[in-house]
Amino acid sequence: MMSDAPAMRPAPRTPALAGRVKAALVLFVLFALMPPLASALNDPFYVLIGTRILAYAIAAMALDLILGFGALVSFGHAAYLGFGAYAVAILSSYGIDDLFLQIAAGIVMSAGFALITGAISLRTQGVYFIMITLAFGQMAFFFFISLSAYGGDDGYSLSQRSGVLGTDLLGSDYGLYYTTLALLIAVFVLCNRIVNSRFGRVFTGIRENRTRMEAVGYAPFRFQLTAFVISACLTSVAGVLLANQAQFVSPAFMSWHRSGELIVMVVLGGVGTLTGGIVGAVVALLLEEWLGMLTHHWPLLFGTFLVLMVLFSPRGITGLIERLGIGRGRR
Amino acid sequence: MTSLSVQNLSKNFGALKVTDDVSLEVASGEIHAVIGPNGAGKTTLIAQLSGQLRSDAGRVLVGGEDISQLSMPDRVGRGLARSFQITCVLPGFTALENVAVAVQARSGSSFRFFGRVAEEEALNAAALRALEEAGLGDRAHVRASSLSHGEHRRLELAIALATEPKVLLLDEPLAGVGGEDAEAFIDRLKRFKGRFTMVLIEHDMEAVFALADRVSVLVYGRIIATGTPEAIRSDPEVRAAYLGEEEEEVA
Repeated sequence: MMSDAPAMRPAPRTPALAGRVKAALVLFVLFALMPPLASALNDPFYVLIGTRILAYAIAAMALDLILGFGALVSFGHAAYLGFGAYAVAILSSYGIDDLFLQIAAGIVMSAGFALITGAISLRTQGVYFIMITLAFGQMAFFFFISLSAYGGDDGYSLSQRSGVLGTDLLGSDYGLYYTTLALLIAVFVLCNRIVNSRFGRVFTGIRENRTRMEAVGYAPFRFQLTAFVISACLTSVAGVLLANQAQFVSPAFMSWHRSGELIVMVVLGGVGTLTGGIVGAVVALLLEEWLGMLTHHWPLLFGTFLVLMVLFSPRGITGLIERLGIGRGRR
Repeated sequence: MTSLSVQNLSKNFGALKVTDDVSLEVASGEIHAVIGPNGAGKTTLIAQLSGQLRSDAGRVLVGGEDISQLSMPDRVGRGLARSFQITCVLPGFTALENVAVAVQARSGSSFRFFGRVAEEEALNAAALRALEEAGLGDRAHVRASSLSHGEHRRLELAIALATEPKVLLLDEPLAGVGGEDAEAFIDRLKRFKGRFTMVLIEHDMEAVFALADRVSVLVYGRIIATGTPEAIRSDPEVRAAYLGEEEEEVA
């Protein structure tokens, strides 16, 4: 009976995870304060850049769901950005310009593509998984290049942004920014629930030790495929927002460079943290913006930064911050 | 209680016959030990029984049901669980989480995406019970990667218990455990006797003779003798093939 004592005590929360949720909340508040600040500084251009950053943060977080928690390095995730973006283009060409219908269409396309390509890709592991997802991503890329009705290689301009339940909320840059922020928060809450759920525990367990999970009765494939499809669907939401931000859709959204950038954002921010994806998107895109102003050779500087980060903080920016936080606590 | 029947099981790696026409009858509630020198194919046999490895020929029956064509997860669902010789746990999970995920596999759907699994009392309580039975209750909230080797062996046992097996395959549960730890471990296994059928692969002869109802001797993939511990101990062929060797090594 004495051994019942530990049961009464609640399991200690992993402080790191709770800390990450707190960090995300701080980020969301900062994001919410950014537009008024930008207009006060007479720099409203940042609202549009900010929208782009937040949309990429959604995509990076969605990728982190499978990359960080499932060790599934998808190198074809830009395809789902593209499906979201083309959902806007295709539906609006038929006069359907409601944001939620477009998101639904992007999700349906992405779910279908992810279900089929995921089922095939997940028969492989490690490097082979990376290569095969890359190959499927390129297939989608070339499909849209040859889709001449929507401009093919040249892309397709959108005459106006999507409507929200019949209103022109996204017509203003601020409306679009805050809608994107709201969706970012919603996706974060959803992902956070998933990783802490029954499903999330099994999915993470498969990352930790596949054989062990099979030996207690789980067939990994079903769990990995489900997570892959969820991640793809969430990524397509980012694509819908990016199309609205740029008011332009082209296959460039789906190129393998873009898939690589998403991976860089996740790794830079810190894998398996969700918040890391957000941080990674902010840092990568702001660096791209600022270094691009300094010099044409900005990728060289960005690459150097990336190498240093990976060398000195393999757990990314969130890992670095946690380490500094712990260091301070000890003193 | 459930019996385990192995019929003419074979496995070749190229020209090497690792499992050579092995047949074995394990009665309900029996502890059946499989002993044999290194490289005899004991772990391969466990891998074939658990479904981790496909057999080239032969059948495995649990309680009369042929499970030869089932995958490892499906066999666990039929009540056939195993532990690993080389520790096989989820290193980033706590001991409790390692066991709770095994409990979860047999209680309710794992396709639930919203509720916090860490707060599911039923899972945690069952997991803690299994941990305590394995002698690891006081380390429930320690990460598996921070546990000692002896604790890993107990965690292996707790995870296997949590699947509520009908037939439990124990692959050298005592590997690398010595002294008092080993004695406590043997006592623990003794207490499970009668709760489920056990196949025990073990190098520790003291453990084998203390626990087993019957012993089979595996040499070069073949079973050369099966009998009570006393009969096996005095079997001249077994002594020549195995026990004698070991005694010489010790001396």
